[in-house]
Amino acid sequence: MPESRINLHVKALARAVNVFYGEKQALSGINLDIPENHVTALIGPSGCGKSTFLRCLNRMNDIIDGCRVEGSITIDGADIYSKEQDVVQLRARVGMVFQKPNPFPKSIYENVAYGPRIHGMAANKKQLDDIVIDSLTRAGLINEVNDRLDAPGTSLSGGQQQRLCIARAIAVRPEMILMDEPCSALDPIATARIEELIDELRDNFTIVIVTHSMQQAARVSQRTAFFHLGELVETGATEQIFTNPRDSRTQAYITGRIG
Amino acid sequence: MADKARLRRRYRAERRFRWYGISATILGLLFLGAILVSTVVLGHSAFRQTYIKLDIFFDPKILTPDGKTDPDTLRQANYPAVVKFSLREMFPSVTKRNEQRQLFSLVSLGASDSLREQITANPALIGSRDSLWLLASDDVDQFIKGKIRPNAPENERQLNDLQMQWVHEIVARGLTNLRFNAAFFTNGDSREPEIAGILGAAKGSFYTLLVTLVLSFPIGIMAALYLQEFAPKNRITDMIEVNISNLAAVPSIVFGLLGLAVFLNFFGLPRSAPLVGGIVLALMTLPTIIIAARAAIMAVPPSIREAALAIGASPMQTALHHVVPLASPGMMTGAILGMARALGESAPLLMIGMVAFIADVPQGIMEPATVLPVQIYLWADSPEQAFVEKLAAGIMVLLTFLVMMNLLAVILRRRFEQKW
Repeated sequence: MPESRINLHVKALARAVNVFYGEKQALSGINLDIPENHVTALIGPSGCGKSTFLRCLNRMNDIIDGCRVEGSITIDGADIYSKEQDVVQLRARVGMVFQKPNPFPKSIYENVAYGPRIHGMAANKKQLDDIVIDSLTRAGLINEVNDRLDAPGTSLSGGQQQRLCIARAIAVRPEMILMDEPCSALDPIATARIEELIDELRDNFTIVIVTHSMQQAARVSQRTAFFHLGELVETGATEQIFTNPRDSRTQAYITGRIG
Repeated sequence: MADKARLRRRYRAERRFRWYGISATILGLLFLGAILVSTVVLGHSAFRQTYIKLDIFFDPKILTPDGKTDPDTLRQANYPAVVKFSLREMFPSVTKRNEQRQLFSLVSLGASDSLREQITANPALIGSRDSLWLLASDDVDQFIKGKIRPNAPENERQLNDLQMQWVHEIVARGLTNLRFNAAFFTNGDSREPEIAGILGAAKGSFYTLLVTLVLSFPIGIMAALYLQEFAPKNRITDMIEVNISNLAAVPSIVFGLLGLAVFLNFFGLPRSAPLVGGIVLALMTLPTIIIAARAAIMAVPPSIREAALAIGASPMQTALHHVVPLASPGMMTGAILGMARALGESAPLLMIGMVAFIADVPQGIMEPATVLPVQIYLWADSPEQAFVEKLAAGIMVLLTFLVMMNLLAVILRRRFEQKW
């Protein structure tokens, strides 16, 4: 269902996307526009394919054996599944934050500096330092770790680790950030901090977030897409989805009757 | 009431279970202790060797009959005659030929070697007289160490009554001494137990393991990394996997036969050489290293790979920057344990001729050599009583190396282990 009514600049565009894991079809006929500098929430019951769709956007599905993607997904008009698209460059442009915080077992500094270093983004130590400090600042972590950048990233609390992972993702200056249930392993206070952070990051990045919490979707996103059984049931402005869903299945899900 | 009975039964079962565990552990330790203690008891005496003090006259008439003192003459001079002369002086009453022969056999052949060394180093000694500590024969050594029973029937004894009497006399005059047996650590093998040393076998083992390590470690790690991280999962890789596991279970003698057929007979590589031994042991160790390395790689959490890939690390960068460092303690442990197994291996090396009697200490991977376990086997196979303690001492040396390698594995694991 193309959305011609919105006048936003579309960052990413999915058309007729089918995804198979071996014989099993996980997604069928997904059409979705992802507007730039907005937060798009993907909601739906477990196993509905929202994480699968998210992982199509930076081709993380490539590393899963037997996974096959059909249809077209473009970012800024370029097909990311074309032969010309280098998958490593794509992932530098489309960052990702995972469900469980997964910092490298290295220092806080090294966690953030790793991406810029492998992409040759800093000419010298000073520039690298600047990128690290800037990323930690934008991830709202700098005040907590300023005096212990050499401490292992795994020594931080869960919420801090997740913000470190966000800092690591934004250090390579991506255009989009994909978040796969980033708060599901966190307590409410840490969750609130991440949600605030997502709101701030929206100015500079296009964000797609998968969440199980409808409150969270309502709080952080401007656009919402509801997935059910491998299909995209409905998409629209978040407010409209939660107050006036057009599809009865969406209605049933947000009122808690399916899920 | 029934509850209480059940509780008591459970406690009893728990106690019994604990006790099984404790007794199994103690039993294992006892066996290990028995092996170690018996080895040390048997072998500790090999580290000391009996010497006899003799008055040596470097008689120019014997050593340089034609007056020449060039190095060649000095090297080939009749040093045994000098020793015999000295013994005759010590026991002038022994005049019968076969008694004299029995007398001369109290001193080791190594004694004349040490005289030769002294003279070639300092020819000015010719004509001088000096009392020197010289190596006793293995039988005298065993007798002094109390390993030959004096009251055994004469024909079952290595020293006959006459020889025993002479030895008693020498001892009574204070002319025997047990000294640290440095030769054991600096000599190659010998037919004479008192001269035989472990260095040849130790260096042979060193060269062999060097070849094994250089071949099997990089190949094993690369194969494991490729199979685990990069190879597609299909029927071919499944088959490779099964065959690697099968290969790990192949008896080592089969690898020896392979080495004999392929490396010696087909490629014509030298017999008894550490190069061939190393290749054979590398083939044998390879599956062990691959399996250990794959297990270590598999233990790296997938979330680390995802994290690296998601910020745009290439598959190679992901493997080298993240997976390998995290897996390296496990890989190294596996490699060292594989090497330790290779160090203790003798069967495949028998097949490629590393069981030959080699007196020289090898100086490279192409020279004939033997290895520690085979040396122990060779000594065990020798009839001389004195080789028994040598063999136990050899086992102690081998065990020391094994313990050191295992210790290294533990240290490396502790040192490089990372938590996540």
